[in-house]
Amino acid sequence: MGSLKTIESKEVHPMDNLLRMDRIPHIWCPGCGIGLAVSAFANALEKAKIDLNKVCIVSGIGCTGRVAGYVKLDSFHTTHGRAIPFATGIKLGNPKLKVVVFSGDGDLISIGGNHFIHAARRNIDMLVICVNNFIYAMTGGQVAPTTPLAAYATTSPYGCVEPPFNIPYIADSSGAVYVARWTALHIRRLTNSMAEALNKTGFSVVEVISPCATYYSRINRLGDGLDMMKFYHDNSEIRHWEDTKNLDIGFQTKITVGKFVDRERPTYNESYNKWLSGIRGAQDEG
Amino acid sequence: MNPITNGSLGLGVLKMKADPRDVNTGVYYIDGDVAAGQGALAAGCKFIGGYPITPSTEAAEAFARIAPQAGAMFIQMEDELASIAAVVGASWAGVKSMTITSGPGFSLMMESIGFGAMLETPFVLLNIQRAGPSTGVPTKTGQADMMQSRWGSHGDYEIIVISPDSPQEMFDYTIKAFNLAERYRCPVMVMADECVGHMTEKVAIPPADEIEVEPRRFYDGKINEYLPFRPGEDLVPRMAKAGDGHKLYITGLIHDERGYPIKNEEYKSTYTKRLVDKIRLNKEKIIELIEEETDDAEVVVVSYGISSRVAVKGIEKAREKGIKVGSLRLITVWPFPDAKIAELAKTVKAFVVPEINYGQIVFEVERCSYGEANVVLVPHGGGGVHNPDDMFDAIEYASKEKKRIEGTIEYKTRLEKSVFEEGGKLQE
Amino acid sequence: MMKANPKGILSGTHNLSGSEACVEGALAAGCRFFSGYPIQPAIEIMQRFLARAPQVGATFIQMEDEISAIAALLGAVWTGKKGVTATSGPGFSLMMENLGLGVMLETPCVIVNVQRAGPSTGIPNRPGQGDMMQARWGSHGDYEIIALSPSSPQEMFDFTIKAFNLSERYRVPVALMSDEYVAHLREKVVISPASEIKLEPRRYYEGPKDKYLPFKRDEDFVPRMVDIGNGYKFHVTGLTHDERGYPIMSEECQEFNVHSIVRKIRRHADRIFEVQEAETDDAEIVIVSYGVTSRVALKAMEQARESGMRVGSLKLITVWPFPEKRVAELAKKVKAFLVPEMNYGQIVFEVERCSYGNANIVFIPYGEKEVDDPDDLLSAIKQAIREKKPRKGIIEYNK
Repeated sequence: MGSLKTIESKEVHPMDNLLRMDRIPHIWCPGCGIGLAVSAFANALEKAKIDLNKVCIVSGIGCTGRVAGYVKLDSFHTTHGRAIPFATGIKLGNPKLKVVVFSGDGDLISIGGNHFIHAARRNIDMLVICVNNFIYAMTGGQVAPTTPLAAYATTSPYGCVEPPFNIPYIADSSGAVYVARWTALHIRRLTNSMAEALNKTGFSVVEVISPCATYYSRINRLGDGLDMMKFYHDNSEIRHWEDTKNLDIGFQTKITVGKFVDRERPTYNESYNKWLSGIRGAQDEG
Repeated sequence: MNPITNGSLGLGVLKMKADPRDVNTGVYYIDGDVAAGQGALAAGCKFIGGYPITPSTEAAEAFARIAPQAGAMFIQMEDELASIAAVVGASWAGVKSMTITSGPGFSLMMESIGFGAMLETPFVLLNIQRAGPSTGVPTKTGQADMMQSRWGSHGDYEIIVISPDSPQEMFDYTIKAFNLAERYRCPVMVMADECVGHMTEKVAIPPADEIEVEPRRFYDGKINEYLPFRPGEDLVPRMAKAGDGHKLYITGLIHDERGYPIKNEEYKSTYTKRLVDKIRLNKEKIIELIEEETDDAEVVVVSYGISSRVAVKGIEKAREKGIKVGSLRLITVWPFPDAKIAELAKTVKAFVVPEINYGQIVFEVERCSYGEANVVLVPHGGGGVHNPDDMFDAIEYASKEKKRIEGTIEYKTRLEKSVFEEGGKLQE
Repeated sequence: MMKANPKGILSGTHNLSGSEACVEGALAAGCRFFSGYPIQPAIEIMQRFLARAPQVGATFIQMEDEISAIAALLGAVWTGKKGVTATSGPGFSLMMENLGLGVMLETPCVIVNVQRAGPSTGIPNRPGQGDMMQARWGSHGDYEIIALSPSSPQEMFDFTIKAFNLSERYRVPVALMSDEYVAHLREKVVISPASEIKLEPRRYYEGPKDKYLPFKRDEDFVPRMVDIGNGYKFHVTGLTHDERGYPIMSEECQEFNVHSIVRKIRRHADRIFEVQEAETDDAEIVIVSYGVTSRVALKAMEQARESGMRVGSLKLITVWPFPEKRVAELAKKVKAFLVPEMNYGQIVFEVERCSYGNANIVFIPYGEKEVDDPDDLLSAIKQAIREKKPRKGIIEYNK
């Protein structure tokens, strides 16, 4: 690839100040839903009217993990599975920052699973955007803990024999205060959810069901990205406040989307500060 | 494929041939990763717990495909820590087991590698090294985990490391690794790299009865007389497995021969010294080298893995120019051949050590030279292999340098010069 | 250099354990963040930091494991805080991957490893020095790190401050390689007034925000840092990157990146090394020690001198980078180096490497007897003095 040339143009795309234009074109495949999730996120940032200087984004390893490199915020591309604890450190180091973890299902719920449930339990104030494409795409199409039963992947060449995780259920039962799921098709609702979650205090999770045209849908003969979007169109059902127990996703079954959890709980910082001020009436430097 | 070896697997050991169910005899055109998967199966491996990481994933995928034929199992665990823990567990269930990873995953496995070494658990770890540190360049090669393979976990322990340089060797040495693991009841690492892992070449898989496989040395005496850590032949204890009725107590705490943790005040160094002695005292039986033309050599190139293949070109050119250059290829990199290097240091002018890193095994060569030969490192940051012309230039320099220079001499490669001295070309 | 902030510094003379002194050193250095996971024998460090946190306004969190502890530490440091974690062998092993991330992101932080007898679970409440090589080589890929080895509670205080200073100066994680004995030992610790404690400030970038390059090296070959939340909108990644912090997957960038990380420390090695020498001028035998075994080394040296033997001591304050030149120089003058370690041979290999065959190398494994019993060391000294032949290879002391 040669060096990039900047093209002088009078018209500036409305998202230019939110994306690292010197890194565009991005690496994602045609038919991938991550770009849609990033667009929704960029729009949500504007809609939420928060100070962009105070937002930082942390991602892990994987296709979705590359998001940090394209969004123009203080961004960190960290180790596999450890985006959430890294983000916890940031939030504790400077509680005034708004921290967003933007990563994939494998990174967040497989290797990062332990950290996911603990951060939810503590109710660390952060927004976790989990792009779920049911597969480990970056490394070539291996099975993920979200891969539906019987689906094919390169490390389940005879069909997946493990029942998958239900991410909203885990988030809910671990204590998350905001849980929503949309597909990459539901761009406007996704944007609204993200904007809402950005202004929510506490551990918030927005799951984005996304096509992976290069691996998941290709290996399982489901067509390309557009075919998957059509599938989402025909098979997603919006059921707000649905019990998260019922949100399992099977192989090519209906996908329940919507906002499921929106509640209040004291955040980790709130509880910590209470404890701090209770001890000897000390001054808090932070 | 018949190296002049200095190693043997010891006398008095009952050898076994591979099970024909495990061996896909034939001549193939496959990459190193896949060949390693085939090798594991042929060695009798019945369990691989792994986690996808570039550039090792093809080995896991290959094994997942062929496992059912041999009654073997592949499971993709939730991360590398779970993978290695499962591998150690499977070994204690009585099956030969292996995991496959690369740099970052290798780092995650360190605690359990120490655990496996402490419990004297035979298993194989295949590390397809990539450019580092940290996330580095996942799709390109490196050889910078070599010191980590020796010292990566905490405390004192010893392991065996083998370095293949071709897909054929990936097949053969994976089997060798399993055999050594059983023989010495210790973790054995096959430290390959992305270049060898993704290189596609001819791999000949022989018939099962031509493949020697070391069986697990199970204890075969009375049940209530079994001591899991009583040293046997060569300081290696006989192994048992869960479910045999021994009511094993296996712990990572420092333990006595029964496996029971000892009290602080009862501590004696003999409990843990055997772990390192087991390998150190059996060094001569484990070390395997390929030596060529070292008798009258002025310069000896000490290399391992893919760098030894690249070095061949540099050595050829040097010989054409009349330089007396020999080659010492390390098949086993750990335990390190101290004695051989010390011996050669007395007669050669210099060692040239090409590695795809900024100095790792070269420090061992330096240590064992005792100041009697110059030691020249030909480094490479990773992301590719050496330029053979750099190898030649380093050999030529080494043969011409008259002064005895203390310390490792770092040769400045063309790549380094192009990046730093000409402003570099860093844009993708 | 700047002066320490008096808040949180308990100036005066105290009777502290090594663990307590370490925490006081961290606070004196301005550290206000601790993330950790309970592991013997580092628990006291965690408890003390927690107790002191409200008094000084520091943040403390016990994470779910060591991996998340070091990840959180790195995150917090990027918000402008100085941070520390404390662990032992098994936890240190778990931290290796993220240690690599710390090196790659050039994040200043201090990792305290209170070593215990190993390997594996080992004996949690017994001292050891078995993680020394791991501190240098434990993570994957090429990198350089700084490691210090304190041998008393006073040094736990002083070296913790030194560790923070080195980490800020060179933007690199620094390992404070302590051990169970020193951590639990109680001794006199003098804490200077704040005005006498010199601290290295964080090397911040001060130019225009839109021109910030996270990995552009300054005249010292160290890049300048910023805090999250100040409008720099920077990106850093564990992938091989260029000066902008953006990932580039090429051989050239890989060479550039590794070279930079490694050279950053090697170039300054002469300024980073610190050793303490005693009576080496006319010594026939020099004891090379670090950490807890320095205590017995000095004792043995004094007793040997009283008996007329010419023995000196080279105590390593920085174990990594290893003081190659000094060892090489001394090797030419002495008959033998004696290296007592609580392991089966780790730093002794470095001493062997840097002696270039000019001195005998005798290794004395410590660990079975009491840590401060000089008997084995004294007999080893006597043997080494009597030894006539120059011998290659490490001579292991046998009673």
